[in-house]
Amino acid sequence: MIKEVENPVLETHNLTVVYDRKPAIWNIDFTLPAGSIVGIMGPNGSGKSTLLKSIMGVVEPNSGYARLFNKPLDAVRKRVSYVPQRQSVDWDFPASVLDVVTMGRYPHLGLFRKLRSEDKEIVADSLEKVGMLAFANRQISQLSGGQQQRVFLARALAQQADLYLMDEPLVGVDAASEHAIIDLLKQMQASGKTIVVVHHDLYTASEYFDWLVLMNTRLVASAPLEEVFQEEMLRDAYGGQLTSMSKIAALLREKSFPMRHK
Amino acid sequence: MNELWIIGTAALVATSSSLLGCFLVLRRMVMFGDAISHAVLPGIVIAYFLTHNKTGFPVLAGAALTGLLATLFIQFFNRKVRLQIDASIGISYTFLFALGVILISLLGPNVDLDQECVLYGEIAYVPLELIEIIPGLSLPRQFWILLLNMLMVTAFVRISYRYLKLGSFDPAFAAGVGIPVALWQFALLGGVSLTTVVSFESVGAILVIAFLAGPPATAYLLSRALKQMLYLSVAFGITATILGYYLATLLNASIAGSIATVIGVQFLFAFLYVRLKRNSLLNTPEVHEIK
Ligand SMILES: Nc1ncnc2c1ncn2[C@@H]1O[C@H](COP(=O)(O)OP(=O)(O)OP(=O)(O)O)[C@@H](O)[C@H]1O
Ligand SMILES: [Mg+2]
Repeated sequence: MIKEVENPVLETHNLTVVYDRKPAIWNIDFTLPAGSIVGIMGPNGSGKSTLLKSIMGVVEPNSGYARLFNKPLDAVRKRVSYVPQRQSVDWDFPASVLDVVTMGRYPHLGLFRKLRSEDKEIVADSLEKVGMLAFANRQISQLSGGQQQRVFLARALAQQADLYLMDEPLVGVDAASEHAIIDLLKQMQASGKTIVVVHHDLYTASEYFDWLVLMNTRLVASAPLEEVFQEEMLRDAYGGQLTSMSKIAALLREKSFPMRHK
Repeated sequence: MNELWIIGTAALVATSSSLLGCFLVLRRMVMFGDAISHAVLPGIVIAYFLTHNKTGFPVLAGAALTGLLATLFIQFFNRKVRLQIDASIGISYTFLFALGVILISLLGPNVDLDQECVLYGEIAYVPLELIEIIPGLSLPRQFWILLLNMLMVTAFVRISYRYLKLGSFDPAFAAGVGIPVALWQFALLGGVSLTTVVSFESVGAILVIAFLAGPPATAYLLSRALKQMLYLSVAFGITATILGYYLATLLNASIAGSIATVIGVQFLFAFLYVRLKRNSLLNTPEVHEIK
């Protein structure tokens, strides 16, 4: 089930990345509607992180390309914010929470321009929104996993982008923080932003997302949530592993999504 | 006066290496310095073959060029072949070093050239060769070169501070906002290889490696911010130089060896300090109450 939209905020065309002769993503071709919260889901190693990285030019695709706001990435960098997987950086780096969130302003400042008071306000405001203002001067090595995640979100907010690509922002976050983060994403959506979130938990996916992209190296589905959240689709993405399949069936019953029978 | 030139020259190397070393430590690439000191051998051999001179500009240029070549190889394997950084470093420098060894044996047995001339400089000779670049100002040749290098390194770190910081902490984010991460890394590694090359004649490559790794590691243990780490690292590098020099005169031992020893002792003290501080924190009554 792959649904195309008019005037997509993000589109990929035959995007393919191959590591060591083994494809991490293969021929990914989708369009995403503006103003939605999009979930990208798939099992471990299905290429979700690689997809975001190739869209952002962090890894060079072997073939295919992505367009954002109907333009090539380089023309719209400042309108896009990328939040890498939290585990991808060294949290023992000598920096404070404030330092890291300030990095979100670097693209606007370049190498030389001094931090203006306006930038400082944006940084403080971003910290406030994720509830980390009180921790501004804390060493990043002294943060819990959930706090680290909030710092990454604050840095993304400080970028003041229109499209956010977030790699697993809810992993290792307790229930209260998860709700706070989702509320924040919904607020951002309400102010017209588009948010793409790599997510693992099938149980909560149906509450959080408007649109779902399922992938397993190849694209399995990209469509509004109700149309994707069906057993055969999830089975395609998750490869019919017994445990996850029985979970999915139970989940679908629980959420009373219509199950299609062949 | 000689004393001053020797300490001054070593302090210049200490400053450049301790600054650049901070970024190597944070990027887990410290052994790059070690790699370069081996990788430059073929350049030195070829320059020697052409000029029959073991020191001077041609050898410096040959070494610098092979240093940059090694940097290119390492970047290529790491970025394009997607090999891990340590493997990329390992394969590049062993290849170039082996090439140098083969070249030496091709030149015949009576060639008086080996890795020693790169690994151990002779800092005591620094004050012997004075040249006058600015009229009326006659300074040791090594001092001139290393002063220029130090100014270039400091300017580089000052100018590219933000991108070096972002590229060290979160390269994926940096690439995402459009910073040419590979180019900045090449500039950083290029700076390290030039520093290694211009320093080996005076202090020897081993001391450069000690400066690249030691003061930054000590500073890392004690720092809360990157700027603090950079300043502390330079301070430790220079203090080790001064203390090391007097240790060497006291014991009548090698100057470079003594400086490297002091660098090790500094690290040990910092490590013990951090340990003791943590333990005393654990023994405060508040923590027991929490338990
Ligand atoms: N730098 C790399 N070098 C080689 N192979 C890689 C690299 N990064 C990822 N891969 C491989 O590419 C595939 C996709 O990885 P990716 O990290 O995109 O998956 P993912 O869906 O994000 O997984 P997870 O849910 O575990 O985060 C995996 O098979 C992985 O082993
Ligand atoms: Mg991932």
